[in-house]
Amino acid sequence: MSNIFTSSVGKKFIMSLAGLFLIIFLVLHLSINITLILFKTPETFNKAATFMGNNPVIKIMEVVLFGGILLHMIYGAVLQIQNLLARPVRYKKSNYSQTSFFSKYMLHTAIIITIFLVIHLLDFWIKNKFLGEVHDITYADGKTYHDLGALVIERFQIGWVVIVYVVLLLGLGFHLHHSFQSAFQTLGLNHKTYTPVIKALGVIYSIVVAGGFISIPVVIYFLK
Amino acid sequence: MNITLKIWRQKNRDDKGKFVTYKLGDVSAEMTFLEMLDYLNEKLIREGADPVAFDSDCREGICGMCGLYINGRPNGPRKGVTTCQLSMSAFKDGDTITVEPWRAKAFPVIKDLVVDRTSFDKIIQAGGYISVNTGAAPEANAIPVKKENAERAFDAGICIGCGSCVAACTNASAMLFVSAKVSQLALLPQGRVEAKERVRAMVQAMDELGFGNCSNTGACEVECPKEISLSHIARLNREYFTAGIT
Ligand code: HEM
Ligand code: FES
Repeated sequence: MSNIFTSSVGKKFIMSLAGLFLIIFLVLHLSINITLILFKTPETFNKAATFMGNNPVIKIMEVVLFGGILLHMIYGAVLQIQNLLARPVRYKKSNYSQTSFFSKYMLHTAIIITIFLVIHLLDFWIKNKFLGEVHDITYADGKTYHDLGALVIERFQIGWVVIVYVVLLLGLGFHLHHSFQSAFQTLGLNHKTYTPVIKALGVIYSIVVAGGFISIPVVIYFLK
Repeated sequence: MNITLKIWRQKNRDDKGKFVTYKLGDVSAEMTFLEMLDYLNEKLIREGADPVAFDSDCREGICGMCGLYINGRPNGPRKGVTTCQLSMSAFKDGDTITVEPWRAKAFPVIKDLVVDRTSFDKIIQAGGYISVNTGAAPEANAIPVKKENAERAFDAGICIGCGSCVAACTNASAMLFVSAKVSQLALLPQGRVEAKERVRAMVQAMDELGFGNCSNTGACEVECPKEISLSHIARLNREYFTAGIT
């Protein structure tokens, strides 16, 4: 008997749960990063980042996060391959149906996010965790923190880096635009009154999250 | 009016197939799309050529036999109609119309525009029924049904199994069809008895037959001639998960 891990419906179920987890993660990630442009110095950001780096609960969540991304990516890839195989002979003239624009480009935006993830992890995560390219800084509380904020600000002084981030983050926004409401539909949550609300929330979420992340490199480039 | 048709011609399952262009004059806006094809075929037969094969039966939108992919959309440009209900008034003089068969691994082309939709029958055979002993029909009002559920079941039950949803879907997914069949029975007390086994068996059959997965793009809902709602897909998902947990 087909089950939750092998059936079409089950695979989407797992994907949507992993996706919703990532959606929550992005809110947390953005709320920490945005302090870089909300406050004069990166002190708040560095303290938060250090807390996240040392807290055992967060460390476990980091493993869950990477697992979630991997699961989402692997299942996404498997589903996409099956979807392509389901139509071996393509139409000559197609895609004239009126559907949500971004839903047609989930694969494209997924590839953009994957490229972004590689660049982003190489840029900050690897440098911070493994290469030790981050200096220490001591604040008024007498404690020493990794000055990750300085690394970020330094990186976003380079014009093309900022442009690459902005363009790739737009891809993330497009992915989120369809995926937020799609995840609810996959979980079977469709309702006459609430579904339009979820769709509106998804649009707001994708604009706020993508816009928020995009504003960070842009503001740093021009103001810091 | 004068129109140009680009029609997919394929001799049999194994033939590679190709598009053939036909110019057709004297087409009336009052013809249906299938009458226009009949008209073309009469002309082809008179010329001694092989007429274009296409499916149809009732020609009034209730049997689900017809169904052509017209100018990039199932059943052409109008909403809520089958191909047999499509009027040539949807087109204008000088138009070029591309006509293709449904494209899906699970719907192989038999000839020209005719595809084999036995896959849908197999999905129904997997669980799209209720098991009752035959005999005298029971009193219709003996089992109470909530009015709302009766209406929803009816909305799902009007699916004619034409395959427009599969044809419209970028993934060639059959989820709208399967969800309509699952919903129709899941909403009624007679169908609840076998609900769990039904949803699992029908999803399994759908997967094994090589249909794609649902990406929630909503193309099926837009193109369904009976305008069946995506909410049935959500119900199928719910039914599937609760069948797995309980
Ligand atoms: C932080 C980043 C990401 C978030 C928040 C996210 C979120 C989501 C959500 C919620 C869905 C909807 C699931 C559903 O329809 O039930 C989705 C779909 C999808 N995601 Fe992501 N995703 C992210 C990154 C990625 C990456 C890196 C890939 C690369 C493989 C990817 C590939 C896909 C694909 C292919 C779909 C469409 C699946 C389908 O409907 O057939 N996503 N995403
Ligand atoms: S021929 Fe019966 S629905 Fe079109």
